[in-house]
Amino acid sequence: MDLACTPEEEEFRARLRQWLAEVLPSLPPKPSPDDWPGRRAYDLGWQRMLYDAGYAGLHWPADAGGRGVTPTQHLIFLEETEKAGAPYVGANFVGLLHAGPTIAAEGTPEQRARWLPPVLRGEEVWCQGFSEPDAGSDLAALRTRAWRDGDDYVVSGSKIWTSHAEVADWCELLVRTDARAPKHRGISWLAMPMDAPGITVRPLRTLAGSTEFAEVFLDEVRVPVANRVGAENDGWRVTMVTLSFERGTAFVGEVVACRRVLGELAREARKNGRWDDPALRRRLGRLNAEFRALWRLTQWNVSESELTGGVPGTGGSVFKLRYSHVRQELYDAAAEVLGPEALDLSREWTLDRLSSLSYTIAAGTSQIQRNIVAERILGLPKGR
Amino acid sequence: MDFQLSEDQRALRTGVRELLAGRFGRERLRAAVDAQGADRPPGLDRALWRELGEAGLFSLRLPEADGGVGLGLPEAVLVFEEAGRALLPGPLVATHLAAGEIPGAATGETVVAAVDGTLVEWLDEADVVRGDVTGAVALRSADPLTPLHRVPRAAPTDPVAAVLTAAEQLGSAARTCELAVQHARTREQFGRPIGAFQAVKHLCAEMLVRVEVARGAVYAAAVTADPLDIAAAGLLADEAAERGAHDCLQVHGGMGFTWESDVHLHLKRAWVRARRGQSAADAEEALAQDLLSPAGR
Repeated sequence: MDLACTPEEEEFRARLRQWLAEVLPSLPPKPSPDDWPGRRAYDLGWQRMLYDAGYAGLHWPADAGGRGVTPTQHLIFLEETEKAGAPYVGANFVGLLHAGPTIAAEGTPEQRARWLPPVLRGEEVWCQGFSEPDAGSDLAALRTRAWRDGDDYVVSGSKIWTSHAEVADWCELLVRTDARAPKHRGISWLAMPMDAPGITVRPLRTLAGSTEFAEVFLDEVRVPVANRVGAENDGWRVTMVTLSFERGTAFVGEVVACRRVLGELAREARKNGRWDDPALRRRLGRLNAEFRALWRLTQWNVSESELTGGVPGTGGSVFKLRYSHVRQELYDAAAEVLGPEALDLSREWTLDRLSSLSYTIAAGTSQIQRNIVAERILGLPKGR
Repeated sequence: MDFQLSEDQRALRTGVRELLAGRFGRERLRAAVDAQGADRPPGLDRALWRELGEAGLFSLRLPEADGGVGLGLPEAVLVFEEAGRALLPGPLVATHLAAGEIPGAATGETVVAAVDGTLVEWLDEADVVRGDVTGAVALRSADPLTPLHRVPRAAPTDPVAAVLTAAEQLGSAARTCELAVQHARTREQFGRPIGAFQAVKHLCAEMLVRVEVARGAVYAAAVTADPLDIAAAGLLADEAAERGAHDCLQVHGGMGFTWESDVHLHLKRAWVRARRGQSAADAEEALAQDLLSPAGR
């Protein structure tokens, strides 16, 4: 058990810090949150800078164009970029963290050559077409149909919660290619070009007032069969290969950001006098314990994946359950610090509090995560 | 960074678990509980204490030159985690801390108790007591296997004792999670194991989450020995142990409320351990002040 970094890891950190200090001042101003083309250009520009400096696809295998660094170095990268206030992965999220790794693991040489380099170079944006209005937690119940017509699939149906749909070049799409097979065995994974005829994108407004994602309606959209990754009807397994691969780094930047916000809350409370309330101080102190522990658990999981080549996705469920809950508690505490200003939408924490309501829902609700932990780790029987 | 158990640490954990299963298994535990009555506080098994001494439980962190095992706080944490799992009774932490300072403590010949806050565990059974016990008054201890006295003057708390206590809490929390899961898998109602019901399943899942979060904090505190890491570890380990035992009791239903179940022994001991060291309020205050320091940013 050791928390110290090796000399190589420290050198990696030092070089990264130096690079960040050099390049961050040269970044263009951040676009406004509802300027989607501007956000796309900004996020891709940042990805290009990472690429030119040798920091693109750090966690991707070398034969996919990545750097194949260790999980600990990836942890250091995410920690240092967040601490330095570097841009978020943003529009590059699906390409770098899901569609890309899926293609790297399951794609043909031609597919890898076509789709992976543009993701790393910051040239193409991917979005995700998984969830449907009637297939949320029960994702495998998805009904978007695809049938063969010559060298194409013809796809009809609708997808929901698709981030960056308005500005994406590609969509990693799950479709039903065999309606008679058991639900997990009739699904295929397609790369759909977002400029194909028949695609309608309708932005969805969140309770925070912003349009962070969209509904995507598909009306006889033609997708070449050559764009299918993996075998026909094997799309569920193809998807899970990537979803269940975890290096323990999924929430590194967010935990670092939460610890920074917690410090800001304390200083704000001291400024406005609420620090004199011992109940508030104890509440913030408790949150400090929580986020310190989540940081340690992150280090534990990253070290585990260093030893074993990955942590089981179930380990990620344990982490996400606590993290998503505590992050909501953080913003409830922020409201107490703000007092009446907690109702002022011009305060960043007020909007963040609203956004935090999604954490226990997105990427697997807490209820589904508890089922996963109970059934796959603890071995409790299935059944409701 | 290698924040995982080494081969040697895994072997140590397995060895201690097997030793305790052999020397202080469930039958011995229940015999110890049943041996004491309302007027008769539990006695300490001196033979077992010497065996623990021979196994190195007390001399673990003493240098080999001084007759110790020469290991560090992380290894001691793994050993005390096992002690917590097994509900091993006695002033383990106080005697461990006295090794090398009080003759016979390291070998288990001398039983050492210590004032912690305003409480002393095992005062009457101890050969040596550290701290001022003038005016000590016996309590009717809620934990059948931990006799308690109150003293008028509080003693300062020891950070290493806090880490080892957190380790015991962690072991107890992991154990109550296992007990709840075992029961939920085998106990049937409405024609199926109660663990198939989400209401029960989710209680068990949250127990595991608390254990794993506490584990990260406790092991990190063992590595860094940093006062704030220790404060955080104490808070999370106390929560995991107390709420874990409580939820375990709930999963066991009516049987969980009986004397013959082991669940109440975990809950009561967790309550005793939670009283050791820094109070939750003081730990939270220290962690709050840290947020204002430049290092906490």
